[in-house]
Amino acid sequence: MQKYKLDYLDQLESEAIHIFREVAGQFERPALLFSGGKDSITLVHLALKAFRPGKFPFPLVHIDTGHNFQEALDYRDAMAERIGEKLIVRKVEDTIREKRLTEPKGKFASRNALQTFTLLDTIEEFKFDACIGGARRDEEKARAKERIFSVRDEFGQWNPKLQRPELWNTYNGRIHKGENVRVFPISNWTELDVWNYIRREKIDLPSIYYSHERKVLEHEGQLVAMSEFINLEPSDTVITKRVRYRTVGDMTCTAAVESTASNIDDIISEIIATKTSERGETRIDDKVSEAAMEDRKKNGYF
Amino acid sequence: MDILRFITAGSVDDGKSTLIGRLLYDSKSILIDQLEAIEKQSRNREDGEIDLALLTDGLRAEREQGITIDVAYKYFTTPKRKFIIADAPGHIQYTRNMVTGASNSDLVVILVDARNGVVEQTRRHSIIASLLNLPQVVVAINKMDLVGYSRDVYNNIVIDYSSVANSLGLKNVTYIPISALNGDNIVDKSEALDWYDGPSMLELLETVEVTQDVNLADARFPVQYVIRPQTEEHHDYRGYAGKVISGIYRKGDKVLVQPSGHASSIRAIESGGVEIEEAFAPQSVVLHLKDDVDISRGDVIVRDDNPPSVSQDLEAVVCWMDSKPLAAGDKFLLQINSRVVKAIVKEIEYRINVNSLQNEPAPGSVSLNDVVKVKIRTAQPVVFDKYRQLRANGGAILIDETSNVTVGACMIA
Repeated sequence: MQKYKLDYLDQLESEAIHIFREVAGQFERPALLFSGGKDSITLVHLALKAFRPGKFPFPLVHIDTGHNFQEALDYRDAMAERIGEKLIVRKVEDTIREKRLTEPKGKFASRNALQTFTLLDTIEEFKFDACIGGARRDEEKARAKERIFSVRDEFGQWNPKLQRPELWNTYNGRIHKGENVRVFPISNWTELDVWNYIRREKIDLPSIYYSHERKVLEHEGQLVAMSEFINLEPSDTVITKRVRYRTVGDMTCTAAVESTASNIDDIISEIIATKTSERGETRIDDKVSEAAMEDRKKNGYF
Repeated sequence: MDILRFITAGSVDDGKSTLIGRLLYDSKSILIDQLEAIEKQSRNREDGEIDLALLTDGLRAEREQGITIDVAYKYFTTPKRKFIIADAPGHIQYTRNMVTGASNSDLVVILVDARNGVVEQTRRHSIIASLLNLPQVVVAINKMDLVGYSRDVYNNIVIDYSSVANSLGLKNVTYIPISALNGDNIVDKSEALDWYDGPSMLELLETVEVTQDVNLADARFPVQYVIRPQTEEHHDYRGYAGKVISGIYRKGDKVLVQPSGHASSIRAIESGGVEIEEAFAPQSVVLHLKDDVDISRGDVIVRDDNPPSVSQDLEAVVCWMDSKPLAAGDKFLLQINSRVVKAIVKEIEYRINVNSLQNEPAPGSVSLNDVVKVKIRTAQPVVFDKYRQLRANGGAILIDETSNVTVGACMIA
């Protein structure tokens, strides 16, 4: 009886591969949005399973805010090289200059909001009709309501009240010129599923996911990595702690967690035992308002 | 460990969101920061009680209006299973959301308010569950605390619902008396309901058999994409990428490529770049055939036993999902798995009243949330099974060619 039964990770993997191949079959110019974080690294691993020995029918696209961890950038370049796929990098820095955007101010001046401008420009530049991303529905309440194929208008905006019904495993990716679809193959995975999959598949991650010593600043209970992008105040004290990253975004909007977990088994034990959610513990950008994510998605954020 | 996908149906007043919140909370799937966020919101309300329903109301518009406007997906895991909950709203105008959520579910939890018993909405949700042929139905009789945990109240509702279930032909119906608010019979058995000897909600969800939902007899493989590297190393490589949506394929199996009908056999099967001897639903694999047959996206590779129907004419029960009405003679795109063809709705035979399940004369035009039986003619042949026999190859969507929106869900008869 057990013989023809798929384990839950195999079911999730198969669903994601199916979604990848639907993108390949339905769109002319798709792209995979690659951030250097574990979710997008998992996407690349799934894409290899979906398309090898063929090439990916899409390039990897990284929107570089200029506030990235060097480890993530190094990983990105080495990985693109290793798998022999095309990598397109577009810099928020350039958008700020060309479009005369205003740099955010403050202690943790995050370019998180500005990267949407660069993303939309990049979509326009390459005429991408589908952008594959690593968002998961368990991350956040607004994401819990988004479709796997999420249609965005020419301004990149998500309209939660006008989403297409998504039935069975049939994905309708038809769009008008100028619109694009955001596609989320690991929508149904949780943080723990991703880690369990990384362990099972022995996927290599940037070193910052594992415990290391780092100079950090304690801010409202969160540990923020010291970097040139943080504007220190006289009262701040910088301390050295053993930390790791549970999520990897910008240095200015991602917080580290104290941890001695130096291998994946330890990380998984920590996640099982944790009492705080992934975004709650590590994302400085979600705390602005209760509907922060909903608002950003409506403005074109992925 | 496997996955159970289920949908909860009921209105806000039935305590559906509270039930989900309670399952997440009691299975320790809610973390401190999420709890703090809802505590903060609850304080802004008048009563000040922690409102577990806030966990599932995702969007600001919903929180402000206290309603759920769309299907939200929630996840929790116990040592026995991973659960994916589709939380669908119960308002009349959102029938399409329940159809959407139910289309991917193995089980439906229908909430009944113990004070009100089986009401029109209970019937509607049950009819949708039956139209979508959900393998398992759980009737959660909620708010037992408000009827003094009365066994008689419970028994009467069971009797009432049984007749609904019988008339709809619902199989595998289980009843549980609960109080989502107090946590009675959600994770642990309730002392106040000691006369009930069945499992708690979570025990039931952890143990209910879902394998019957995977059909291993009728082999169907819709081709999604053709992998042709055309490199030195893989000069002649031509692999058909897709998902086994039902059945089993083994090396050497005789197959037909539909709709063309070309015959061949399976030369090799690959999964993630590794050759395997057999593939079964729902694995995503690559098939290689012995013969050089012309195959492209939208074709279906089937085993030559138990073949599907291949036809340009089909009948279907359609749930209409668009505010623009449907009329006989309208043209659409019909998508079934990876195949998309032009289609015309030739005739609207009758409307199914989702409150009574009675067939009514066909309306002149079909409105949002109407369920109708139609005859469809397609421009090219479609490869399909009857929805009741094989859900994976019997469900299709209608797409409006001008708006590109998914406007109808078809259950092929």
